[in-house]
Amino acid sequence: MATDVMDDGSAEPATAPPPGAKGPLVYRQSIFTRVTHWVWAVAMFFLLLSGLQIWNAHPVLYIGQQSGFEFENSILEIGAENTPDGPRGFTTLFGQKFDTTGLLGMSTLNGQPNYVGFPSWATIPSVRDLATGRVVHFFFAWILVATLAVWLLASLVNRHLWRDIILKPRDLRDLPRDIWDHLRFRFEHRRRYSPLQKLAYFIVLVGLFPLIILTGLAMSPGMNAAWPWQIEIFGGRQTARTIHFVAMMGFVIFFVVHVAMVVLAGPLNELRSMVTGWYRVSPGMENDK
Amino acid sequence: MSGLILNRRRLLRLGAVGAGSLALAGCDQFDFLVDRNDPTRNFLERANDLTYAAQRALVGQQAMAKEFAETEIRQGQKPNGSTDPRQNSEIYRKLIAGDWSDYRLKITGLVETEMSYTLAELRNMPSRTQITRHDCVEGWSCIAKWTGVPLGRLLDAAKVKPTARFVVFQCYDALGGGLAGPQPYYESCDLIDAFHPQTIAAFGLNGQALPVENGAPIRIRNERALGYKQPKYVHTIELVESFSRFGLGQGGYWEDRGYDWYGGI
Repeated sequence: MATDVMDDGSAEPATAPPPGAKGPLVYRQSIFTRVTHWVWAVAMFFLLLSGLQIWNAHPVLYIGQQSGFEFENSILEIGAENTPDGPRGFTTLFGQKFDTTGLLGMSTLNGQPNYVGFPSWATIPSVRDLATGRVVHFFFAWILVATLAVWLLASLVNRHLWRDIILKPRDLRDLPRDIWDHLRFRFEHRRRYSPLQKLAYFIVLVGLFPLIILTGLAMSPGMNAAWPWQIEIFGGRQTARTIHFVAMMGFVIFFVVHVAMVVLAGPLNELRSMVTGWYRVSPGMENDK
Repeated sequence: MSGLILNRRRLLRLGAVGAGSLALAGCDQFDFLVDRNDPTRNFLERANDLTYAAQRALVGQQAMAKEFAETEIRQGQKPNGSTDPRQNSEIYRKLIAGDWSDYRLKITGLVETEMSYTLAELRNMPSRTQITRHDCVEGWSCIAKWTGVPLGRLLDAAKVKPTARFVVFQCYDALGGGLAGPQPYYESCDLIDAFHPQTIAAFGLNGQALPVENGAPIRIRNERALGYKQPKYVHTIELVESFSRFGLGQGGYWEDRGYDWYGGI
């Protein structure tokens, strides 16, 4: 359809593509990028929901080495208590108490009140079962780490890491304009990632993944003996647990924005590139580096 | 730039994707994993063997758990699990009534010489005191000072036979209900953890005699593992080649209920 318009013999120089024009397909995502992406998607799904199950065993976050039972060092606490109006669910964040009945602290399971931190629909398994949550969590933790190792090796060899993830001076220069474009929902389909995309993937791959793995390992008493420095850089075991939780929230935020961007930018084209590797760029963008 | 504008159709589609992922999470379709004998669960559990192997390779046999300063003891040791075996155990009631004079810690199984110690004898042996962090599998931590006899010293005195692979700790307390009634608590560890310098048969907590709620008269401290690997109210230490004949055969009360045996993470 687009080429018909171009072939109308007009003497007008083709400075801008006509409306509705389609650019060509380019090979954008290597097999390593695609496979690791989907393995991560599955692993992170199970890690999140089994992680919330584990957290429900003690739904409090603290700062420091230990948990304050006879002193106060908690920053987040989810629980339920009796009030004159019956039992209610509460969430206390930095000393501010919120009634979160229905979602946090008190929810329903099979029509019955369920006094848990995160509700049953957000945990694997749905019922309280710390042992099973741990089985699922540690299995997919190994999958996550192994996949990250494969991705890192492949991305060093095929230069994906350097070309698409590491921000260059040019990306930093173009970043404000790219943020402004995104705020107006104006996306160009380039062969390469835009500066904001690079930044998002950089934060996830080089920031959040290592952070959530290291804070997870910092909660292991075995690893604490092997790598005593590890727990110190996070400021104690309970702080490491808190950072693990915050990194989880970072992944949730990334997931929401990531899926929203896929939908807004054209879900079929985006999904095709992450399944087959082929991506349709905007007209005139095929040679863009 | 068609296809790049936010319109109502796109917003609807966004909502559908969001709702779809919530519905996926909302289902209880993974609850089959709760079944301790489910083959998929048993497959996932093999990752725990990998964790054990990896940590044994990575963590030096003598690598020490962090020890803290006195100033870091900011509270009593939080009691958890069994806190009073007097409810279930007639023997334990009598031992307390007799101020532990009839208590014996037995070292038995695959040893050259079976040993038996009174609490007074244990208290008079060279002891080790360590301020360490107790990490519960639930996620909380508590720092306390523990005093006891290094387990390695007791095992050396009994002379462990070369066929022994594990140490099983049998306890006075019992947990749980159900048709079978409360089941006795027991635990086990490998010989690396058993002979680790910080693994002690503890009789003291924060400078006092170990209280009932924390495991009197003897509790094992295995400082590179989670709380459920630190059995309280221990009366028998048995050297074995396999722990399959104890409880349900998984190596501990909580292991029999689906928790991992290594307990190092």
